Amino acid sequence: MIKGGSVSVSGGVEASPLLSVQGLTKLFGSFAACNSIDLNIGHGEIHALLGENGAGKSTLVKMLFGVLQPSAGTISWEGAPVVIPSPGDARKLGIGMVFQHFSLFEALTVAENIALSLDPKTPLAKIAEETATVSRAYGLPLDPSAHVADLSVGERQRIEIVRALLQNPKLIILDEPTSVLTPQEAERLFETLMRLKAEGRSVLYISHRLEEVQRICDRATVLRHGKVTGACDPRQETPASLARMMVGTEVAEVKRDSADALGDVLVQVNNVSVASRTPFAVALKDISLKVRAGEVLAIAGIAGNGQSELFDAISGEYPISDNDGILLRGKPVGRLRINGRRLLGAGFVPEERHGHAAVSAMPLSDNLLLARSRSDRKAFLSGGPLGILKRDAILSASRRICSMMDVRKSGEDPTAGSLSGGNLQKFIVGRELDRQPSVLVVNQPTWGVDAGAASRIRQALIDLAKAGSAVIVISQDLDEIFEVATTIAVISDGKLSDPYPAGELTLEQIGLLMGGIHESHAGVETADAH
Amino acid sequence: MFEAILLTVITASTPLVIAALGELVSERSGVLNLGVEGMMIMGAVAAFATAQLTGSPYLGILGGIIGGGLFSLLFGFLTLTLVANQVATGLALTILGLGLSGQIGEAFVGMPGVRLQPIVIPLLSDIPFFGRVLFSQDLIFYMSVALVFGISWFLFKSRTGLKMRAIGDNHGSAHALGINVVRTRYLAVLFGGACAGLAGAQLSLVYTPQWVENMSAGRGWIALALVVFASWRPLRVLAGGYLFGAVGIGQLHAQLLAQSGGIAIPSQLLSALPYVATIVVLIIISHNRRTTLINTPASLGKPFVPDR
Repeated sequence: MIKGGSVSVSGGVEASPLLSVQGLTKLFGSFAACNSIDLNIGHGEIHALLGENGAGKSTLVKMLFGVLQPSAGTISWEGAPVVIPSPGDARKLGIGMVFQHFSLFEALTVAENIALSLDPKTPLAKIAEETATVSRAYGLPLDPSAHVADLSVGERQRIEIVRALLQNPKLIILDEPTSVLTPQEAERLFETLMRLKAEGRSVLYISHRLEEVQRICDRATVLRHGKVTGACDPRQETPASLARMMVGTEVAEVKRDSADALGDVLVQVNNVSVASRTPFAVALKDISLKVRAGEVLAIAGIAGNGQSELFDAISGEYPISDNDGILLRGKPVGRLRINGRRLLGAGFVPEERHGHAAVSAMPLSDNLLLARSRSDRKAFLSGGPLGILKRDAILSASRRICSMMDVRKSGEDPTAGSLSGGNLQKFIVGRELDRQPSVLVVNQPTWGVDAGAASRIRQALIDLAKAGSAVIVISQDLDEIFEVATTIAVISDGKLSDPYPAGELTLEQIGLLMGGIHESHAGVETADAH
Repeated sequence: MFEAILLTVITASTPLVIAALGELVSERSGVLNLGVEGMMIMGAVAAFATAQLTGSPYLGILGGIIGGGLFSLLFGFLTLTLVANQVATGLALTILGLGLSGQIGEAFVGMPGVRLQPIVIPLLSDIPFFGRVLFSQDLIFYMSVALVFGISWFLFKSRTGLKMRAIGDNHGSAHALGINVVRTRYLAVLFGGACAGLAGAQLSLVYTPQWVENMSAGRGWIALALVVFASWRPLRVLAGGYLFGAVGIGQLHAQLLAQSGGIAIPSQLLSALPYVATIVVLIIISHNRRTTLINTPASLGKPFVPDR
C-alpha cells in the first residue's frame, strides 16, 4: 500500500541503477526471442522500449515481470543480482505491470477487481477507500463501486494502473498503453507518468509511436530481431534515426518491375470511416485507396492498427453503411455481404486459418464448398433449390487446388486441422485463386508459415496480378511487402497513408509511417537523412 | 384461513428456495448442474431411510444432506475432473437419481414416515397474525431463511465469495491470478448437492412424511428456473421461491374450485407460470450486453482446462 507520497531514492548512490540487465537471452527451441540484451533503467527515469512486432519487447518484459525465465544473463535490482520466479516476486521487489490487454472481471466492481490481486487480509471497504484516494492523487478518476462492464477502455486501463500503484512500485512497466486510448486519454496518462517520475518512480514504456517516445521518455532502448540496436536519448534523435534503429537500414531487393502497364481501377475505397465495434478494436479513419488491374497494393503496419477492421470492411464481413464507400469493378458494394462481393468476382483470405478461414474438423473438400457454395453454385451443387452436393466435382476441384499449390497432405481428403499451417494456408489461398478472381484481398498471407510455403504463396499472388487482377495484401512482414508489392501504403492507428510506388519507398520511410509520423513529415525527414 | 394458506405456501416454497440457493452457488462459480431434480430425490430417499432406521428425523436431515452431497460429487468428478459436458452430465444425473432412488426406496413404500416436528420459538410466536406461522416451524424452514442471508453475505461480503464470483465471470483470468478454479468449483458443486439433498429431506420428512417414488415431482426443474428468475441473487430467490410456491398451491385450489363448479382457471396454465415468468426475466436480462454481463456468470457451463 502507498504510505508516503514518494519512494525514497536510496542514499543518492548514482552508480547503481534501479534495474540493470546484462546479456539477457531467451531461447524458444533454437530461436532466440531475446539475444544478449543489455538494459539500464535509472531512478526516476521514463525509459522507452522501442521495436516492431516480434522484436522481442514482450519476451523481455515478461522476463522482468517473472512470467518467463531467462535462458541466460542476469537481472540486477538496485545493484544486487536477483532471480524473479513469478509475478508475485516481481511485485514484492517493487515492479508493477500494466498489460496491453487487461484481464478484468466485467461483472465485478472496480474495487472488487483490485481486491482480487491484493493482500487477502485487507477488507474490501478499505480497498475501495484507497482506490479512490490513489486514483484522485494521480489524476486517474475512478469510481470504486462502478461495474467494469460499464467502463471505457481508458477507464479499464486506469484500474490496472491504480492496481499497480497500490503496491507502491518503484518501477512500472506499461505495455503499449496508448494503443487503446483516445488522444485525450493519452494526454491524461502522460500527466500521470510525469507525476510518477516526479516522485522518483521509474517507468518502462513500451511503444512503437515515435512522437510519444520523444515527448515523454528520457532514454530509449531499441530492439530488432531480439537484439539491442540502439540505446539513446530519444530527444537527441530524429524520428528518422529512431525508425532506422527500429526497422533497420538494409535495402530490400525489389524484384517487381513497377512499370508494368496497369489496367482499370478494380477496387476503390472512398473516405471510409468505421467506428470500433469492441473496446479493443481500432476505428477506421477516412480510408481511401485504389487498386488497378495488374497492381499489388501492400498495406504495411504494426499489428492492431486497423488491419483486420480494414479487411472486414473490404471483404464485407462487416458491411459498411455507405454503399458507395467501396466499389468493386465499378459497382458500389458497401452494403453487400461477403457472398454478394464474391459473386462480383472478388476473393478474400482472412487472417486466422483455423476457425475463420477453415473449419479445422472438416475435410478440405467441405472447406472448399463452404467458401464457394454461393459463388460457384453451378459447379458444386445440383438440383436447383435442393442444393444437392456434387461430391465428385467438389473433390476434383479440391485435388486441383492441392496440386496447383503443392499442398502436402496425408490421405485423399484430410481434415483441415491435420494439415501443417503452411500447407493449410496454401490450400486456403489456392481455394480463392482457383476461381481466378479479378480482385483478391489477403490478410497476413504467410503469417506463421514456413519459408517454402511462403514463397509459393507470394509467387501465386504476383502471378495473379500479372494475369490482370487487382491484389491487396495486408502484411506485417516488410520483406514480404517489398517482394510482392507494386504499391505500398501504411496503416497506423486506423489511418491509411498515401500510396507509394514500391521502388521509391525505403524501409526507413515505412518505419516512420508505422510509427505514426504522417505524410508531409515523412518526406521531410527522409530528405534530411539522404 | 389466512394462516392455513400461508402455512401451505411456506411448506411448498421451502424446498424450492433451498434447492435454488444451492444451485445458485454452483452457478455463481460457473458450473451449470441440471441434476438438481436427481440430487433432490436422492436426498429425499436418504433422509427417509435414515429417519426410518434411526427413528430420528434430525439424523434424517443429515442423511438427506449427505445423500445429495455425495451424489453431486459424482457430477463434480465427471464435469470438473474429467471435463465432461455439464448439460449432458446434469441430465444424466437427474435420470440416474430418479431411477436409483426408486430402487433404494422400494423397501420403504407405504411405511408411515417420521415427521419432523415444529420448533416453537417463545415470545416471537405470540406476535399476532404471522407470529404463529413463522415462528413455530420446523428446523428446515429456519435453515432456509438462514441460508438466504448467509449465502448473500458470503457471496457479496466475503473474500472467498468474491473469488467464487470471479471464477464464474472469467475462469481463465481467475486461474491467472492464482485462484484454484477446480477446487473452488468442487466445493460449490458439493454445496449445491447438499442443499438439494436438504430440500429433498424436507419433502420426505415435512411436506409428505412418507416415501413415494418420483416424489420430487419436477421441483428440481422449478428450482433451476428459479435461479435464473432470481438473476443469480439470493434475496430474489427467497421472493421468487415464495411466488412459485404460491402459484403451485394456487394450482391445487384452482382444481378444487373448478371441481366444485366455481371459477375455472386451467391448472395447466398455472403450472406453466413459473417457466413463463423465467423466460420473461431471461428476455429482460438478455436485452442488452451490459445487463447480461453484470447479471449472468459469464463462464457458466464452460469447461475449464488449465494450462492449455
